[in-house]
This record gives sequence, C-alpha cells and structure tokens, in this order.
Amino acid sequence: MMSLKTTIQMNKRFDALFAILGLLSLLVGLTTLLALVVDLFLDGADHLSWTFFTSFPSRFPEKAGILSSWVGSSVVMLVTTATAVPLGVAAGVYLEEYAPKNWLTSLIEINIANLAGIPSIVYGLMALGLFVYQFRLGQSIQTAGLTLALLILPIVIISTREAIRAVPATMREASYAMGATKWQTTRDHVLPYSLGGILTGIIIGLSRAIGETAPLITIGALTFIAFLPHAPFSSQFPFVSFEWLEDPFTVMPIQIFNWVSRPQDEFHLNAAGAGLVLMVMVMVMNGLAIAIRYRFRKKIKW
Amino acid sequence: MVENKEHNPSIKAEVKNLSFYYGSLQALKNVSLVIEQNKITALIGPSGCGKSTYLRCFNRMHDLYPGHRYEGEILLYPDGINIAGGGIDPIEIRLKNAMVFQKPNPFPKSIFENVAYGLRIRGLKNYHQIKERVERALLEGALWDEVKDRLHDPAFNLSGGQQQRLCIARALACDPELLLFDEPTSALDPIATARIEELMGELKKKVTIIVVTHNMQQAARVSDFTAFLYLGELIEWGKTEQIFTNPKEKKTEDYITGRFG
Repeated sequence: MMSLKTTIQMNKRFDALFAILGLLSLLVGLTTLLALVVDLFLDGADHLSWTFFTSFPSRFPEKAGILSSWVGSSVVMLVTTATAVPLGVAAGVYLEEYAPKNWLTSLIEINIANLAGIPSIVYGLMALGLFVYQFRLGQSIQTAGLTLALLILPIVIISTREAIRAVPATMREASYAMGATKWQTTRDHVLPYSLGGILTGIIIGLSRAIGETAPLITIGALTFIAFLPHAPFSSQFPFVSFEWLEDPFTVMPIQIFNWVSRPQDEFHLNAAGAGLVLMVMVMVMNGLAIAIRYRFRKKIKW
Repeated sequence: MVENKEHNPSIKAEVKNLSFYYGSLQALKNVSLVIEQNKITALIGPSGCGKSTYLRCFNRMHDLYPGHRYEGEILLYPDGINIAGGGIDPIEIRLKNAMVFQKPNPFPKSIFENVAYGLRIRGLKNYHQIKERVERALLEGALWDEVKDRLHDPAFNLSGGQQQRLCIARALACDPELLLFDEPTSALDPIATARIEELMGELKKKVTIIVVTHNMQQAARVSDFTAFLYLGELIEWGKTEQIFTNPKEKKTEDYITGRFG
C-alpha cells in the first residue's frame, strides 16, 4: 500500500489536471466569442451613424440604412409581446395553480417542453399554412408577430411555471388559511412574488425572437423595403390606427442576411454594422433581465 | 342549519366521531372532543399522532390537496353548522377560523398590508376602517408599540418572534371565532416563546383557542384543556391539571412522564 502522502499527491495531481482542462475549455469558448464581437465591432462600428439608423435600404451601400428593419423588428416584437405574454403567463398560472395533477396535465407539460425544442422553421411553415393561407392575415406584421409569439410561447410558459413554483407553499397556505380564493391568492401573492422570474423569462424569450430569421422568411418577409408601416396614431378620430398590423415588413436579421448575400464588400460592412446593432439590442434585453431578477431577489425574502 | 336546542353556551365547538383519511390512509380515528368557549385547548402527542391533521380539519386546510375525506362532524356554535360537512364551502370556514402556523409566514409585503390582507379579501375598501382595524389587531397581537412608527416597512425586517406576533395580529384582524395555533413557537427562541404564551393567555378573553404543541410544558403552562392523541386516536382529554397530575389512561401517563414520544 502507498503511503498516505503519495496518495494525496496523486489525487491532487488529478485535481490540477482537471482545473487546467476546464480552464482551456472555457478559454476556447470565450476567445471565439470575443473574437467575433471584436471583429464585428471593427467592421461595423464605422458605419454606425445617425443616417445609418434613419435611411432606408438602397442600391448604393453608402446610402443604405436600417430604418425599415429596426422599425420592423420593433413593431413585430410589439405584436409578439402583446400576444405571447398574456397567453403564456395565463397558461403557466393555470398549469401550476389550477390544473388538477393527473396524467393529462403531465402529458401537456412534457409536450410544452418539446414545443420549446422544435426548430423555428417548422413554426414558419405552420404559420404560412395557418395565418397566411387559412386566416388570410397576409404576409404582414401581424402574421410575423403571431408566428414569433407561438415560437416563444413555450419559453414563456415554462419560465412562468418555474417562477411560480419557486413561491413557497407556506405563502399559499397562509393566504388560503385566511379565506382567500384561488384567484385572490394568485393575484395578491403568487404573481407578485414570482414577477421577477416571469419577466426574466419573457425577456429571454423576446431576445430569442428578435434574432429569428427562418420563420419570417417562410411567411414572406420582404428583403428590400423602402417605406415604413402606417403610423399607429392619426390626427383624426379615433386617433389610434391598427392599419400598420397589415403592412409588409422586414426585420434586422433579414436585412443583415440580404446585405451579406450581395457581392459588394461595402454591403458586407453594412451587414456588420447592423449585426452590431442587433447584438447590442439583445445584450441590452438580457442585461435588463438580469437587472430585474436581481432587483426582485433583493426585494423579496421568505 | 338548525339551532341545537341543548346547546350549552360555554361550548364553542363539538367534534363528533371525526375520522379523516388521506387517500386510503386513516389519519384520525373516530375522535370526539368538546372545545370550550374562551378557553385554550391543547392537542398533544408524539410526532405523527395526527394532532396537526386534527387542527387542520377545523379550517379545512386539507381541502387544498387532493385525496382527503372527512367523516363525522365538527359542529361550530352558536350556529351549530357542521364545518366538516360537504355542504359548506371551505372558504367560508377559513374566513371564520383563523390559523397561525409553525414557522412565521408573513407575506413579503409591508407590516400594514399583512394585517390588512384579511380585511381586503373580505372586500373592505375604506382606508380609515382598514387602518383602524389594523391598529387594533396589532395592539391585540402585542406588536403595536414595536411597529407603530414603521407600519409600511417590509414584514421580513421583523425578528422571528415579532413575525409570529404579526401573523397572530393578521389572524385577529378579522375577528375569528376559533384561533388555531399549529406549534406556534417551535421555530422561536425561549424569550419569544414566552411572549407568545403570555399573549395567548390574553387572547383567550376574546377568542377560543386550539393549540397543537409537542412541548408538554407549554401545554401545561398555557392550556385549560388538554387532549392527548396517539396514532390517530384520542386517548384522553380533560382539564389540563387533571391530565398532567392524574391521567386516567396508562398511555397518557407514559407520554407525559416522558417514557415515550
């Protein structure tokens, strides 16, 4: 038998070995990511100017801008949020607080998790058949928003359920013991205490949706568009207009794809600039999610 | 529900042959007991004897989970309604009988909102009325002097003992008929425990109390009546002095002298 000291030394050698391996694996991922960001920044940063944000795409690379695509991305996200948030949160609350625990609910739960893993192009195909051909919603902002809403619905449902599940059972019992109904308990306790987690899930879902290209190409997003959707406000009664919902659109990732597929180098640099903008948008959203989570964690203790 | 003609006004509740099942498991076997008005009844017994299960029948907490079944009656006077019966909404019973739990469980809201919650779910909207009742409940819960200057601070800034008194005040705000304590001091230090016990002595002037405890000294100190449960059966119940000085059953004597449990 070896002495205790040699055994410890041997064991520690494995410790050190694993630490080095782990660090190397981490570095591979980090450096690649960093290189990508730096490259994108070097290529694209020069192009970020006020006119880049306020110009429509153009045949001339130096005149081309991302106005129609960032406006398109924003309004599509608006429709997505307005659809996915109420549906997803309500479904999550129902599954967690109301639904009886039986095989049917388990089956639904498993399938929601599966839905989150379905390739986005499949959602695009379904949306083309359902929204465009069946419901005749057109190749429009509303179709795009609804498609992306379907895509992120499972994410919103799952994160809502997880956030709700983190509310201790003692809180529910305290509320029920006072004579509160299910809805009162949900409205006054469960939802407020899990709001941080729910918001985080929503933002993470939206930041996935903002980068989606495939399903939107499938439903017929334009790649070159030189006008904006109708304004949501008008000077005449009833002042609010929903005409923009039916307008054609493009979004940031499609604009990027369009520029990259052109032969001229200048367009590639435009694509880098737009890519940088998109990345910053996603990072801001994720940062917001982290900030919200942190704030709520600090505010609520059990 | 008909008024019970023979009802004795000093009786607040009467349990008649109550059995309770979790699925196929029978947790309470044919338990009968009388709860006297403005007295403290202690439920004692070793872990798993069914004392908490028993207490939770009084505000139908079991109905929150599937697979529960009640047999027998718990008559709540003066109305004589059977609160373990199927014909009555558990929510109505929980609005009448308030509960204080083992671990202090204030809501992560302000001190004020915690106490006001019961009033709000009853639909009370007038701020002055709510404020008045919150103040009264905090006075009755012996917490007012400690929190009167910081009613809108979060409740979790209070100490454990203060949190438990806040939970008591929260329960008192709606004038419960029965106040149910489920091992209210088991998560508290001795000083906080003494304050809660003292408070219980005060509260019984106003409300009838049932307390579950696994601390026999506590039962002896605070209660007027004691019931000893063992394996889901009521072995013996009576005046606390009698149970602790002159138990009739051998099992009760073995338990209170510490031979088991």
